[in-house]
Amino acid sequence: MSWITNFLTSSLGKKLIMSLTGLFLIVFLVVHLSGNLQLLYDDNGVAFNSYAHFMTTNGLITFLSYGLYALILLHAIQGMVIAWSNRKGRSVNYKVGNTKSNTFASRHMALLGLLVFFFLAVHMGDFWYKMKFTDQLMLVPVQGMDVEVKDLYARVDAAFAVWWLVAIYILGLIALALHLWHGFQSAFQTLGLNHKKYTPVIKGLGMIYSILIPAGFAVIPLYFFFIK
Amino acid sequence: MIKLDAKIPEGSLAEKWKKYKSSIDLVAPNNKRKLEVIVVGTGLAGASAAASLAELGYKVKAFTFHDSPRRAHSIAAQGGINAAKNYQNDGDSVYRLFYDTIKGGDYRSREANVYRLAEVSANIIDQCVAQGVPFAREYGGTLDNRSFGGVQVSRTFYARGQTGQQLLIGAYQALSRQVSLGNVEMYNRHEMLDLVMVENKARGIVTRNLLTGELKSHAAHCVVLATGGYGNVYYLSTNAMNCNVSAAWRAARRGAAMANPCFCQIHPTCIPVSGTYQSKLTLMSESLRNDGRVWVPKKMEDVEAIREGSKKPTDIPEDDRDYYLERKYPAFGNLVPRDVASRAAKDVCDEGRGVNKTGLAVYLDFEDAIHRYGKAEAYSAGKDSEDGELVRKLGTKVVEAKYGNLFEIYEKITGDNPYVTPMRIYPAIHYTMGGLWVDYNLETTLPGLFCIGEANFSDHGANRLGASALMQGLADGYFVLPYTIGSFLSKEIKTPAITDDSSEFKRVIEEVKTRLENLLAVKGDRSVDSFHRELGLIIWDYCGMSRNEEGLKKGRKLLKELKKEFYSNVFVPGEMNEYNPELEKASRVADFFELGELMIVDALHREESCGGHFREESQTEDNEAKRDDENYTYVAAWEWKGEEEPLLHKEPLEFENVELKTRSYK
Amino acid sequence: MNLKLKIWRQPNKEAKGKFEVYEVEATPEMSFLEMLDVLNDQIIEEKGNPIAFEHDCREGICGTCSMVINGQPHGPMGLTTTCQLHMRHFKDGDTIVIEPFRATAFPVLKDLVVDRDSFDRIIQSGGFVSVGTGQAPDGNSILIEQEVAKDAFDAASCIGCGACVAACPNASAMLFVSAKVAHLAYLPQGQVEASKRVKRMVHQMDREGFGNCSNTYACEAECPKGISVENIAKMNREYFSSVIGSQKK
Repeated sequence: MSWITNFLTSSLGKKLIMSLTGLFLIVFLVVHLSGNLQLLYDDNGVAFNSYAHFMTTNGLITFLSYGLYALILLHAIQGMVIAWSNRKGRSVNYKVGNTKSNTFASRHMALLGLLVFFFLAVHMGDFWYKMKFTDQLMLVPVQGMDVEVKDLYARVDAAFAVWWLVAIYILGLIALALHLWHGFQSAFQTLGLNHKKYTPVIKGLGMIYSILIPAGFAVIPLYFFFIK
Repeated sequence: MIKLDAKIPEGSLAEKWKKYKSSIDLVAPNNKRKLEVIVVGTGLAGASAAASLAELGYKVKAFTFHDSPRRAHSIAAQGGINAAKNYQNDGDSVYRLFYDTIKGGDYRSREANVYRLAEVSANIIDQCVAQGVPFAREYGGTLDNRSFGGVQVSRTFYARGQTGQQLLIGAYQALSRQVSLGNVEMYNRHEMLDLVMVENKARGIVTRNLLTGELKSHAAHCVVLATGGYGNVYYLSTNAMNCNVSAAWRAARRGAAMANPCFCQIHPTCIPVSGTYQSKLTLMSESLRNDGRVWVPKKMEDVEAIREGSKKPTDIPEDDRDYYLERKYPAFGNLVPRDVASRAAKDVCDEGRGVNKTGLAVYLDFEDAIHRYGKAEAYSAGKDSEDGELVRKLGTKVVEAKYGNLFEIYEKITGDNPYVTPMRIYPAIHYTMGGLWVDYNLETTLPGLFCIGEANFSDHGANRLGASALMQGLADGYFVLPYTIGSFLSKEIKTPAITDDSSEFKRVIEEVKTRLENLLAVKGDRSVDSFHRELGLIIWDYCGMSRNEEGLKKGRKLLKELKKEFYSNVFVPGEMNEYNPELEKASRVADFFELGELMIVDALHREESCGGHFREESQTEDNEAKRDDENYTYVAAWEWKGEEEPLLHKEPLEFENVELKTRSYK
Repeated sequence: MNLKLKIWRQPNKEAKGKFEVYEVEATPEMSFLEMLDVLNDQIIEEKGNPIAFEHDCREGICGTCSMVINGQPHGPMGLTTTCQLHMRHFKDGDTIVIEPFRATAFPVLKDLVVDRDSFDRIIQSGGFVSVGTGQAPDGNSILIEQEVAKDAFDAASCIGCGACVAACPNASAMLFVSAKVAHLAYLPQGQVEASKRVKRMVHQMDREGFGNCSNTYACEAECPKGISVENIAKMNREYFSSVIGSQKK
């Protein structure tokens, strides 16, 4: 099996891992956002809470979620390792930096990734951890279900009343947007999908995606802070 | 004492190479492994030879002074490479290519060599295609050809304007493959500074590691020089900055004859010198003369106004312009051959009518072409062909489609837009036909020393045709030397490995060391470049586009004086044992002094005009070059005698298959 | 025009370098290297040690020049090598910072001269077609579509200068390597060995200590020959199919 290790430790193999995990996370974000947008229903959290209950108790989802966490960690750790070894590619830096030949996002993928990761830690600590591993959340009955579910909606409502937490979310999402701005099309390039006809479409989609998805997420804290 | 024996095989012209090839003594594979070959230079000729010899099984050591073999100046050749493939079905043949080359060379090359060159030309294309050289293709996928100056068939293969680059990279890759297989030991950044002869056979070289300055000797059973031409003796040329004659000249000093050193090719359309600090000249393709008209102002006051900047060339009315090529050569006009066009430009500039600050430039004007094409376009599109603006726009488009990339290069270098203001051009040196004398085996007068590519006196006679330099370099390296080297090495199979611990090697290293130390020790006041520049000017003025006895004698005198000053007043900074480009330059310029003198001696002795060599004393009434076949149908091979006069050896040229004619373009 | 130059001086590979400041009088017609020639003449006149920089053809094709001018390899003009850059693109009174190409795989040898042998070793690892002299079939027996020949040529026009490495924030050599992989993989002559070639070249590249590619495309932006990053995508495809798609272990 040495060909696999050789492959995965080669420069292109490492890139491939980044690309595939990145694309998976891109898909995940869409799923995650579509679920979370239920927070905007004006139903005092009924829809969201039952969705949250389903997502945390369903065996298959739980199983998949551990896969997701593993991939996030793989993407993050691999990214850090690559960034670290890339620094060794140039031991002495230029006196004059070059900002003309590439974008801010592409130059700072590792930093942006790190910011997103910290944001993720805050985010999961606040909701996921409290939901899964503590009894801090109140139990509420939900119409049409025979068990009481944890009131994550109330937790969200409470969290997004705190201005600095909202600020962290907005900043985290801006970092995510920049990370995606470069990452989306980059993932395709790494897979070898560079095509005179299709690459412009991919690039266009990437730009739309990297604005719409983080903006969609950002609507939630802003909605709770300002409107609710 | 040198004896010239060209060793041309018997038989009819078409049979010579075929027969000879199958009768050259062979070296068995087990013996090839024991035989070592040094190849100096890794341009087209050197890289292809090193790769081919290694493929055959010889142990090869290859040397280049560049940081990589891929940088040799073959890379800069633009136009293409000739081959008698007759893919266009236009009647091309080996004989026709042979004949064109002999005639183009003004009947000063060897029939048998040129015929062989034409024969193997087709194999070169096949070889390069197989290596992955991306030649231009037709829609159907077959190889495309274009026609080139002075020839009636389309036989030039090309890869956009970068044919030399693509061919060199092909050869470099073949060489790299042999390096990876362990068959070639590659020495980058090593400059050959001398040749080592042991018992009258070339057995090694002394090199300087350009990074560390270390002098080291390398031994082998024989030595191949593929070190290019010496155009840089003129300082300003289209050659790369580091091109030099040292390897070949060191061989000449060890007794190899130098043939026809005064045969240099001057290209009429180069971007002119813009200031005293100009380091290099850039060629603009000859094809521009198809549509450009060459002129200078008639009146001196206009010339001065242009130089001061108070008038623009477009301000000069038609009647005040001197389209001198059209005036002097009504039949051929702007399309006269390279040497004639060059000389005419020199003449008008000598009269003081040059159109830039240095007075050494003429205009190449596309206004007429733009107008002509524009009118035709407008007419055929059914638009108003009297509308000046429209005509200009349409015409510019046509010119752009034809010459766009050249115009871009021009604009990059000069900052002028040639669509609006005429180009300024001036002739420049770009190829040297002369070089080390070699026989049919490409072996010099020193046994075991072979010379290939531009470095030898080669197949181009007194003038080289376009797209033939690439052909010759690769022919020598891929298809001639690998066979003919057997003529020497087959007799060496019993010779054990040559080592560099004999006294000869030690002596030569000492000599090189002393020479370099002497240069460093002068500690004078002038930079190497200032000497080189002045030397170049002397050669250019007195042994350049046109030469005469008085000038040549004066040039030689000036050169000797400058040489004397060089050895007493040059300043070479730095040390011997370090990376020291100034020392490299000094050592090269020192050799250029001696070669330059030999060029003058050769030019002085050849009292005829032929090809690139124009002696003012030998011209017809209407200033055409006049060849003297009765007295000068020979190769002039010079033996360098140090302080004494060089000794002339003649190799008579016998033409059995072509009739000597006056090159006519009337 | 009067210019202030901040130039990296480093006596040899081991020594520590530093910037030194020079003033030079240039004219707009000069090329950048001619301006440096003038400066060197000045230094030599004062019996100093001239600035070492590599150059050869001075017509933009040999790929020898290796300096970074104000943060950009080969300077501010697109599709232009340093030797073809002219001083008219600078202004009187400008300060110009000149550094060598920086990459671990391109160690500085002296001043602005760097060692690019790693590129040679990468080509030696497989950047060729294994065809011996004399083995070739007739040139026209291999038909190649015009578009394919064009793509191959575009990749093959790489001059091996290393500006891609110098420009890349990670000092990655992917553009150089991919240009050769793509050039030969486009052509039928090169396809026979394509699978082996790409594996060997990528592994050699990894051994040389270049950084990894993060698709910033700075290489393409700074390449004086405009080599496209499409070649990198092509190399990735070739590599993945050669490892994952082939039967060989």
